[in-house]
Amino acid sequence: MNSFSVIKTITKRELSGYFASPVAYVFIVIFLLLAGFFTFMAGGFFERNEASLLSFFLWHPWLYLFLVPSVGMRLWSEERRSGTMELLLTMPITPWQAIVGKFVASWMFLALALALTFPVWITVSYLGSPDHGVVLTSYLGSLLLAGAYLAISCMTSAMTRNQVVSFILSVVMSLFLILAGWPPVTRLLDQISDNPRLVETVAAFSVMTHFEGFQKGTIDLRDIVFFAAIIGFSLFTTSIIIRSHRAG
Amino acid sequence: MIKVQNLTKSFGPKLAVNGVSFTVERGEVLGFLGPNGAGKSTTMRMITGFIPPSSGSVSVGGHDIVESAIPAKQLIGYLPENAPSYNDMTVHGFLTFTAEIRGLQGMELKKAVHRVVEMCFLEGVLHQSIETLSKGFRHRTCFAQSIIHNPEVLILDEPTDGLDPNQKHEVRTLIRRMGETKAIIFSTHILEEVESVCSRAIIIDRGQVVANGTPSELKMRSELAGAITFKVQGVSAQILKEKASNVQGVRKVLIVKDDPIGSIVRIYPNSKSAAEVLAGALGNMALQEKWGVEELHIEEGRLDEVFRTITLPETVQEGRK
Repeated sequence: MNSFSVIKTITKRELSGYFASPVAYVFIVIFLLLAGFFTFMAGGFFERNEASLLSFFLWHPWLYLFLVPSVGMRLWSEERRSGTMELLLTMPITPWQAIVGKFVASWMFLALALALTFPVWITVSYLGSPDHGVVLTSYLGSLLLAGAYLAISCMTSAMTRNQVVSFILSVVMSLFLILAGWPPVTRLLDQISDNPRLVETVAAFSVMTHFEGFQKGTIDLRDIVFFAAIIGFSLFTTSIIIRSHRAG
Repeated sequence: MIKVQNLTKSFGPKLAVNGVSFTVERGEVLGFLGPNGAGKSTTMRMITGFIPPSSGSVSVGGHDIVESAIPAKQLIGYLPENAPSYNDMTVHGFLTFTAEIRGLQGMELKKAVHRVVEMCFLEGVLHQSIETLSKGFRHRTCFAQSIIHNPEVLILDEPTDGLDPNQKHEVRTLIRRMGETKAIIFSTHILEEVESVCSRAIIIDRGQVVANGTPSELKMRSELAGAITFKVQGVSAQILKEKASNVQGVRKVLIVKDDPIGSIVRIYPNSKSAAEVLAGALGNMALQEKWGVEELHIEEGRLDEVFRTITLPETVQEGRK
């Protein structure tokens, strides 16, 4: 069987696993409620008085900070806890196919949740005429952002059989990626150091810096490479962690 | 089919499996015995490619499990310890998934699922979620998964654990039947299982193979093997013992039961191979003495006794440390 159909089979199983339990529905409802709350209440959607989704996308790094790890935390820790990892990895597949299959499934799930926010787009289009190109790139950026967090969750989930530990580790790591480029932190760095390169270097590691461009409607290859690198690196680390567990 | 050479696995400083070698051919059912923590599961995990060996090699159907993992794994069906399965899936969904990942498609897949559902008696729970099933059903679901692709090699880690006596019997029958055409390794704690199912058994203790042979060969290593149990009516055990002791080739005689209705003595020959000649001599003696013989048979030996004598001393030492 070729690699693609193996990954497809694993992805399908993983996705159906989400919808077999109420977890998926609870997640989607909470995600939509929170996204709405931040956009309209905290983000000042109406006060801005402009036809843009800026106040919607602005909150995504913070929204994902807790919601994405809750999707990703079970990916591998559950397999380890229940012993199904032994079953999965003695099938005629490579660990890579399993890792990618599981990651893609959760990413597709997040994409679905994100896609269900379309009423916000419709609302804005009804109220005014937003730049649809900007909305599209923002959605793309948001999806990449979710993917990066998810890959990190995937990695922390392989580290432990305890989902709570996996969740916390993942939140902390993702938080670091936010804070490195968060204005209050960059300002603080600016004050304590006279080297402007330092702030730049630290901020370059932040998802905030790289998500910004998408919100403005630009697709910079560097931003895409950044997110792809986080995903690639985290999944690669996942494979090493899994291998080291088996090696004992 | 399965060739295990010098297999060794260490977890940190602890040597879990130490230089294990054996082979299993098609048509053989190999029983894997040993106390808890002896290294049975670790060995099976290395054979199935779940954990890589520290040294040594495993080849399945000519494919090295590390070097060419995929073709080797395709030949193997595996039932891990505790029979794990995806709790959020239905039995049907789970079996379809494992069949798909094994490369089955369309009609072939449907047939395969149908076949194992029938073999493992899962019709009644086919569309039930696995987490709602009793342990026996969950166990059989995982067992069904291991045979769904009709593998040439089956590795079963305690396949009858947690089943009721009827189910145990079914699974044993199934293993014996499949053992005619496949190479099977299964581990167990139940010694009767070895006698009824295995064509060969290995006893493993503290990571090493301490005995390897057919069940009857292993039983011959028992102290009891070759002894003659002799039950006679209306003669006191003491007399029986004195008379029997005088027969040629007798090493010792033990009194099992002293009862006017039927005294029993156990007679140990000088050598196990002389048991039959000795039994004949005892029969003749009984005829001459005009005793009413109720029972005269040569003991086959007992596997549990062999198991204990081979593995106990070390386990006790371990406990003292």
